[in-house]
Amino acid sequence: MQRYIARRVLQAVIVIWAVGTLVFFMLRAVPGDPIQALLADVDPGSADAIRAKLGLDQPVHVQYLFWLRNTVQGDLGQSLYGSHVSVNRIILEAVPRTLSLATLAFVISFALGLAAGVVSAVKKYSLIDHILTFAAFIGISVPGFWLGIILILVFSVGLKWLPAIGYEPLSEGIWPWLSHLILPALAAGLPFSAAIARITRSAMLEVLQQEYIMVARSKGLKERKIILRHALRNALIPVVTVMGISLALLFSGAVVVENVFAIKGLGRVLIQGIINRDYPVVEGSILLVAVFLVFTNLAVDVVYTMIDPRIDYES
Amino acid sequence: MEQTAAPKPSSLPVITPLPVSSPSRRPFYQLLLRDKRATAGLILLVLIVVATIFAPLISPYDPQSQKYDILQPPSTTHLLGTDDLGRDLFTRILYGARISLFVGIVTVALSLVIGVVMGILSGYYGGWIDTILMRYIDLQWAFPNFIIAVYLVAVFGTGLLNVIVAVSLAFLDDFARVTRGMVLTLREEEYVLAARSLGASDLQIMLRHVLPNALAPIIVLATISVSYAILAEATLSFLGLGVKPTTPTWGLIVSDSRSFFSRAWWLGVFPGLAIMLTVLSINFLGDALRDILDVRN
Repeated sequence: MQRYIARRVLQAVIVIWAVGTLVFFMLRAVPGDPIQALLADVDPGSADAIRAKLGLDQPVHVQYLFWLRNTVQGDLGQSLYGSHVSVNRIILEAVPRTLSLATLAFVISFALGLAAGVVSAVKKYSLIDHILTFAAFIGISVPGFWLGIILILVFSVGLKWLPAIGYEPLSEGIWPWLSHLILPALAAGLPFSAAIARITRSAMLEVLQQEYIMVARSKGLKERKIILRHALRNALIPVVTVMGISLALLFSGAVVVENVFAIKGLGRVLIQGIINRDYPVVEGSILLVAVFLVFTNLAVDVVYTMIDPRIDYES
Repeated sequence: MEQTAAPKPSSLPVITPLPVSSPSRRPFYQLLLRDKRATAGLILLVLIVVATIFAPLISPYDPQSQKYDILQPPSTTHLLGTDDLGRDLFTRILYGARISLFVGIVTVALSLVIGVVMGILSGYYGGWIDTILMRYIDLQWAFPNFIIAVYLVAVFGTGLLNVIVAVSLAFLDDFARVTRGMVLTLREEEYVLAARSLGASDLQIMLRHVLPNALAPIIVLATISVSYAILAEATLSFLGLGVKPTTPTWGLIVSDSRSFFSRAWWLGVFPGLAIMLTVLSINFLGDALRDILDVRN
């Protein structure tokens, strides 16, 4: 197990390095000079000075080595804009927001999806199953950004229950933090819970046909206990298998939803960076997004072994 | 062909043709139309496509014309109301469908062709081609398609063409992966070995014997991918990473609506509904195809 984890961590590091390197060179291969664009209407003469300051006057391979060294040492460079704030600071501020949003979205949507999937499977072909199946179809078809807007229209503009935009850190208290995150978490999470519901339903249906469920029934166990203890636990295995992919989807949902709710998380930093062509910010946030996704996948695979002890990674 | 006919090994299984009445031998369209989801999806999709093509006949208005009263709620003259510049929303949504469907179909066609070629080469030849292609595919596989599309827009910049390139590259890995998997199993099939022993060239084998038998999962994937590509384009447009801001696309209309939240709910609600219905119809179709073509998830 330890050797397996070590190997996976090494792979993860390689993937992150490859993404960073690809993005680094691709950004520099496209025509167009961000500094020139930045200063076009201010002072063309100072472009050289800024380039020298940011090291952009060096040949690309030298820039790359600098970038690699700095990144390994945990220095992601400076923004091309304004007072050249360090990318580290921008990202350090952004990460807790994205983590809060993604965690809450995960909790809500996983609970909803699992519950819907179990109900659907237990009441197979009933009215409620049809309704839930249809809702799941809607869920995977609905654009996250639009769902966010609808939630704002209903719960903020209409009912005035929850704030429409912004973020409050947890240090301001649980409710201010939570109230700002509920709507974005729903917007990012509902498509994900639709996916979880569909997988749970089919996994439960398969498990419920197994002989050990019949045995449990003939032993006279309570139906509730059969469903929760015997069926759900085994049905969870395929659910966790696809969770890596689903979590990635949840995360890309969060990237989009942050832009709807004006939460300055990683997603918003990334998108703003792209729109402003602020390359160090783009590189830094892409790298962080990559770290997030790759290590979530790793975590999912490790959780997998804990749920299903039959899996042997050594071979 | 010097070979003399070898005596038939008696161990060969006797192949009996399937009875004609077997359900799997029904014409494809019959199977499709018997499925409620597929029928609903098809009807919806045909309606949307027809409305898109005949947009100028359906709506009396010009999508760019600003001569109507601004921020009118839905009424009989303006079915879905007007926007902040006095443009007819229904007309803009109709014309927006052109971009959405165009991008959805073109991107998937592109990533299908490139991905399938990559998958076939990789699976059929193996060796270093396989190693290089699959390393790249694995790298892309670690990230959701939408994030890949955002990465690529970061590199290429915005605009319709760049969005098409970014989204098609983002969906490439799925096609390459599925195709490679099919080719790996198919290339060991007896009919492929038979074709090879009869002197068929690699190209002939790949195109005539391997590809047609790998089609079912590719068709299903392509259908589902169109819906995700439409969602991706709408989301990119919404984020300001899509087409030019003057083009009426669904994502942009929703994005612009945000300044008029409290005064004009219809501006945000209807274009999003259009995206959802389109994506839903394709998902229905894709799901039914998966069942009919018996493709494992």
